[in-house]
Amino acid sequence: MSGGDNDVVLIKGNKRLDGRGFDELRDIKMEVSVLERAEGSAYIEWGKNRVIVGVYGPRELHPKFLQDPTRAMLRCVYNLAPFSVDERKKPGPDRRSVEISKVCAEALSSVVMLERFPNTVIDVYVEVLQADAGTRCAGLTAASLALADAGIPMKDLVAACSAGKVQGQIVVDLMKEEDNFGQCDLPMAIIPRKSEVVLLQMDGKLSRDEFKQAYKMAVDGCMKVYEMQKNTLLGSMNKFVGVEGGVENGD
Amino acid sequence: MEIEAYLKKDYIKNLVKEGKREDGRAFDEYRKIILDNGYAKEKAPGSCMVQLGKTKVMAGISIDIGEPYSDRPEDGVMSTSTELRPIASPKFESGPPNEESIEVARVIDRGIRESGAIDMKKLFIEEDLVWVVFIDIHVMDHSGNLIDAGGIAAISALLNARLPKYEDGKIICGEYSGKLPLTGTPVPCTMVKINDSILIDPSIDEEYGMDARLTISTTDTINAMQKGGNGSFNEKEVMDAVDMAYAKGKEIRRMITGD
Repeated sequence: MSGGDNDVVLIKGNKRLDGRGFDELRDIKMEVSVLERAEGSAYIEWGKNRVIVGVYGPRELHPKFLQDPTRAMLRCVYNLAPFSVDERKKPGPDRRSVEISKVCAEALSSVVMLERFPNTVIDVYVEVLQADAGTRCAGLTAASLALADAGIPMKDLVAACSAGKVQGQIVVDLMKEEDNFGQCDLPMAIIPRKSEVVLLQMDGKLSRDEFKQAYKMAVDGCMKVYEMQKNTLLGSMNKFVGVEGGVENGD
Repeated sequence: MEIEAYLKKDYIKNLVKEGKREDGRAFDEYRKIILDNGYAKEKAPGSCMVQLGKTKVMAGISIDIGEPYSDRPEDGVMSTSTELRPIASPKFESGPPNEESIEVARVIDRGIRESGAIDMKKLFIEEDLVWVVFIDIHVMDHSGNLIDAGGIAAISALLNARLPKYEDGKIICGEYSGKLPLTGTPVPCTMVKINDSILIDPSIDEEYGMDARLTISTTDTINAMQKGGNGSFNEKEVMDAVDMAYAKGKEIRRMITGD
């Protein structure tokens, strides 16, 4: 957020820069089992975002003093590739990616049955290959698919989507220009079956009522993403057991 | 694993089930806040020591000149860091910032930055030269709720900060030209969920026992939010938390600004 520049036109009529309505998501494509070596993996195209996620574990956790005899530890590493953004990003973790890694690990920990695997670690690696706003939502959505693909027991998937405020209008799933010149960004992730929020961050300016509206729009967005996640997993299972005509995925 | 946290968790959860807190507070009650403005004023242009119950946090402001960001050539620059000093907890170690200190710093930073509390346009000096404001949050005693203690310390230190004198291309040490231009007083408010109860201003034991945490920073609007912890919140809990953050933010703001 840069405080909301009014000289940049982001909404014309009732359409956004890329022709979307206020409650419309960008095109999303998901695929699982895209990596050979990882226990589970997923790839997601979300607008111009390209994110690949690999899951390793449960495996032994070192150093040993970090082990928890009551549950597994879930670690997440969110990494922006140097070429994923307009200006080359210096390789390695910066403060932003450390924070995103932390909140994503916490969000996933809410659904994974960690108590089944004491003393172990589950590692989730989120590699962002092309970034266009909403990478943590895309990464988290793909991460829960990759965990499911790895066969790790979970209470539900985690589905993520952002909402925000652009030229005074509450919209869902901000793209880069809207993120740069909008007035607020609200990335969220939910456990769809309980409709409870597991990731919530916000920066910008929102009144109480605007927040309420944005919250509802983000939840609706998450539910759409959830349907696509389930279809993707069903399609991969059908393919696995040899059933023809897996469910077509798309927006 | 953290033995202390593991042992305290049950104790705190059982207390909350009975509607109690270990220090006898109501669920929506802050610990006592004591501000000591200008704690290091002989050197730092702005400073404040905050005690939030037994949590002790100091914020110091340093002001330098530097280049603006290329996409905002006429705006000043701000940067927030948090140091969890080893003096503050047996669990803290010297070394580079870890994810906990980065999260504390970034959540406080967002509250101040997004509210526009620092008037960045007034920090422009000349082409390619602006004031750079550093907010350093120094944690001295960690007894819970570092985000609120640090956030209150940071905005208080900014409110008493002075702008150094700038003449002939350099800063004149120890001389000031006026106050740092501020336009608002963002206040973070942190709540934790334990069982199905929401408790404001968690102590360290309550942080051990919490399922999830939610911080909301407000001025006349919401400016920053951050959910933490492995648990989840339902819609009603989030909306109630927003109302609570507005109400408590108002009280604390009155205390900070003194009106």
